[in-house]
Amino acid sequence: MTNHWIDYQHSDVIMAIGGNTAENHPVSMKWIERARENKGAKLICVDPRFTRTAAVSDLHVPLRPGTNTAYLGGLIRYILENELYHEEYVRSYTNAPFLIQGDFGFDALTGLFSGIEDDPLRSAKRYDRSSWQYQKDEHGHDAADTSMQSPDCVLQLLRKHYADYTVDKIAEIIGCDRDVLEESYRLFATTGKPGKAGNILYAMGITQFTHGAQNVRAIGIIQSLLGNMGLAGGGVNAQRGQSNVQGATDMAILYHIMPGYLGTPQQAHHASLADYLSQETPEAGWWTNKPKYFVSLLKAFFGRHAVEDNEFGYQWLPKLDGNDHSHIAMYKSMAEGDMEGLICWADNPAVSGPTASDKRRYTANLKWLVSVDLFETETASFWKETGKNPEDIDTEVFVLPAAASYERAGNKANSGRWIQWQWKVQDAPGECQSDLWIVNELFKRLRDLYAEEGGTVPEPIVNMAWQYDDSGGQIDIVKVCQEINGFHVDSGSLVENFLALQDDGSTACGNWLYSGYYNDLNKPPCQRREPETEGIGSHLQWAYAWPLNRRIVYNRCSADPEGKPWNPDVPQVWWDDQTWEWKGHDVPDFNTGLTPINSSRAPFIMLPEGKARLFSAFLSDGPLPSHYEPADSPTANLLYPEASFNPISQRFYENHVVETDADREKYPHVLTTYRVVEHYQTGIMTRNMPWLNEMMPELFVEIDEELAAELGIDNGCRVAITSKRLENQAGIEAKACVTQRLRPMMVNGRKVHVVGMPFHWGFMGMNKGAVANDLTPSVGDPNTTIPEFKASLCSIRRCDE
Amino acid sequence: MRSQICLIDTSKCIGCRACQSACKQWNQLPAESTTFQGSYENPPYFSCMTWTKVVFREHNDNGRTSWYMSKQGCMHCTDAACILACPTGAIHHTDHETVAINEIKCIGCNYCAAACAFRVIGFDRSANFAKKCTFCYERIRSGLKPACTSACPTGSLVFGEERTIIRQAQDRIEQLRANGRSQARIYGLNEVQGTAMLYVLEDFPDRYGLPADPSVPIQTRIWNAIYGPLRIAVVLAVTFSLWANFNKNRELDEGKASRQDAGGGKR
Repeated sequence: MTNHWIDYQHSDVIMAIGGNTAENHPVSMKWIERARENKGAKLICVDPRFTRTAAVSDLHVPLRPGTNTAYLGGLIRYILENELYHEEYVRSYTNAPFLIQGDFGFDALTGLFSGIEDDPLRSAKRYDRSSWQYQKDEHGHDAADTSMQSPDCVLQLLRKHYADYTVDKIAEIIGCDRDVLEESYRLFATTGKPGKAGNILYAMGITQFTHGAQNVRAIGIIQSLLGNMGLAGGGVNAQRGQSNVQGATDMAILYHIMPGYLGTPQQAHHASLADYLSQETPEAGWWTNKPKYFVSLLKAFFGRHAVEDNEFGYQWLPKLDGNDHSHIAMYKSMAEGDMEGLICWADNPAVSGPTASDKRRYTANLKWLVSVDLFETETASFWKETGKNPEDIDTEVFVLPAAASYERAGNKANSGRWIQWQWKVQDAPGECQSDLWIVNELFKRLRDLYAEEGGTVPEPIVNMAWQYDDSGGQIDIVKVCQEINGFHVDSGSLVENFLALQDDGSTACGNWLYSGYYNDLNKPPCQRREPETEGIGSHLQWAYAWPLNRRIVYNRCSADPEGKPWNPDVPQVWWDDQTWEWKGHDVPDFNTGLTPINSSRAPFIMLPEGKARLFSAFLSDGPLPSHYEPADSPTANLLYPEASFNPISQRFYENHVVETDADREKYPHVLTTYRVVEHYQTGIMTRNMPWLNEMMPELFVEIDEELAAELGIDNGCRVAITSKRLENQAGIEAKACVTQRLRPMMVNGRKVHVVGMPFHWGFMGMNKGAVANDLTPSVGDPNTTIPEFKASLCSIRRCDE
Repeated sequence: MRSQICLIDTSKCIGCRACQSACKQWNQLPAESTTFQGSYENPPYFSCMTWTKVVFREHNDNGRTSWYMSKQGCMHCTDAACILACPTGAIHHTDHETVAINEIKCIGCNYCAAACAFRVIGFDRSANFAKKCTFCYERIRSGLKPACTSACPTGSLVFGEERTIIRQAQDRIEQLRANGRSQARIYGLNEVQGTAMLYVLEDFPDRYGLPADPSVPIQTRIWNAIYGPLRIAVVLAVTFSLWANFNKNRELDEGKASRQDAGGGKR
């Protein structure tokens, strides 16, 4: 999130798209309701289903799953055509005036940008992005046309790219009534006026597509055009689904990222530390400090073993080999027998992964499997599934019982980047231990084994600085916090924040973004609980937000180039003419040593050009989001006739998605998966909780009344659902929920039915049910390889009683 | 005059059912064994194990979908049919104007459940007495909010001074009407002479599954008029029989104890 939960109270229009906020983030509604009650804010819910969020919203826009880019592209066009963007903001704070290379182009027939070429590594397409770069002026700076009239400037390219995204065309693609669609555009575009704030909040219904990253880009473009970035009530707000999933991401849960969003070194490009630092450090923007953060991280990893002569231990880091190692690819390796073991830590891919039945099959190829969880998961018990014979499975499974979150102390980072300490409430039962205890014991035993027996590449393990034990040999979490916060190597004293970090090995820091969150042993900032004094809900003395306790990032944009807040009612920062200094209700996210005009030149401090990127060469599948169908689509691409789904997307298996008309007839209905408030993720915690099982006792599938009548399905009867992934199989069973909350959609002149299923069920625990993800395809976004859970095709039939 | 009541603003209810599970948790009510029957609403009925729940109702008016959710349970009526129907005086108004069931006096006749317009009284067959929401009497006596209210994340449930809550409801109605909800109304202010649950509805009560015009059935009034004067006699009779039973049990127990003593002595 660029903003935070409490800040929702300042929004004038809130758009919940690809996220069922009332259902999956109930507390958000407290602040949304406050905005509606106090300032008459409107809530738009864009969702295929009439959800619990739709039930309390002012406007519900039903859209076909997988067409968010079309919807958002239509909004971009609406804003541009009707001149509803915040012109001064766009001119000053975005790259709208920048000129792009003259040979940049887009083919509306194929849906491909200039620079398309074959990717020999993946036997797929990829882009050479040289034509997507900025033109340079005679001084070597990025060239711009401040009148924003040049056909090569970003604003005009944007107009041209989205010219075909008319309301009528979009209505036909997404399957929504055109008047409802236009009303949603009109309503949200009202926030382009100075002093108004529009908030877009989203979750997995934006990201879990083969074009998920581009959906997020589209939201960023809209918010930049309307001048909604950096100010109270605005922002691009990714609502995280678990209390600490933000923290997990910050701490590098993904294989291509190291703590603090430092890229994992690549074998082919980064042979030495000098190579890595020179290639990965830009010439301008905040990331020029990357060497300080990276070297401090190496010092935190390898301590006294990290010295300048050995590149601070750089060679002991694992390097990327150029192949995809994300979830789907990892399971493909498992299927091919390339993996020996797997540690599943609070993860249940046998239920949560796409094409989950295949995942459970592949798991039998492992020699060993460790599951660390509160209950016995489907992953740990894959061999117990009906139809599997344990005698045929040689995998050795270890289950380590873990403590629940209230049974251990530690900090959590919420969606708003607030790092909050949580004190332990009670002891864990039986032999359950905290995750930290488990990882500490695991590491110490591994280190002893490597020290005694050697083995392949023992250095990273035996040289790791790992001294977190207290005098009694038990893990001391404070020592871990100190290392994450960062310290001076000589004195051991904690650094104030990341401004103190150095690239010469004199400081160590486990995560530069968190630096400052635990800089005082007696009063760690993450444990602060002071009431707010700023009057706009900033809560600067409550916990600690990364970076540097800033509550709204890019907050320079909340004021005009002269430093006057766009909205004086809820100012974030402002320039005081009398004292000649910056003042604010938030920690400024820019250099306060600069005058208003100078700081306004680069308000997006993380980027070299310092401007919000309406056009960006960063993503691998295009500089501007374009409408591609999901991999499993019921229709042709109405905008780009020769394109269907994202041409750059990650595909792993042949004959895996619906590509022929014969298959479309076989699997005619659009399936979307989701969560309900009563259960959590794969249900491992909640399906073992009788009070929650009572409320949501069985797996169900939501079907509209017309389809139910057509297929002879009564409300509450048993149905079987199948997809291309379960071809020639019986399919999975669920109870039918025949509802008026789903309606058939007219797409491309044809009636399409959308059905929805929660994915919380599995074959273990107190409350058992089929795994909805057995139906979903293993295809991924080209940038992140996030699987396409939210849109696929299926067929349904009534089960004979 | 009541001191404290609960606002149930259905326009802010997201159907998360935190109230429903908080009630079960605080009162340690066991989970019912349910099945999915085509609606999110579960369990299907109020019972001795389910005192409050969120009722879900779907509507389609000329293509406009609505999905109403409302927390329902005992309304703690002023003119309470259950109190009038109870032959033993087990059901009564407490000092906080809540409606409570005295389990010792309850004879399990179930007349209260039949008389209740809201159908929220459950019957515990094993213990043979009626059970329902207590409005968390022990909590509010200790200065706490009812469990359901303290769990609500959106401000749909608000517990407070009656006057403040009524004003809040009236303001909200005005706001909703100005926002185009012309059918917005308060429910529970005048119904059955006022209840401890004051609803803000955006539509007719029956569209939420609430009775349009709740009242005490005429049969209950007649029954109470005839039976009322005899109640004291019934209470005395019940008390006497309980006392007699208690004495009998004590005699039996004492007898058992002396026999055991005797047995011990023999050995």
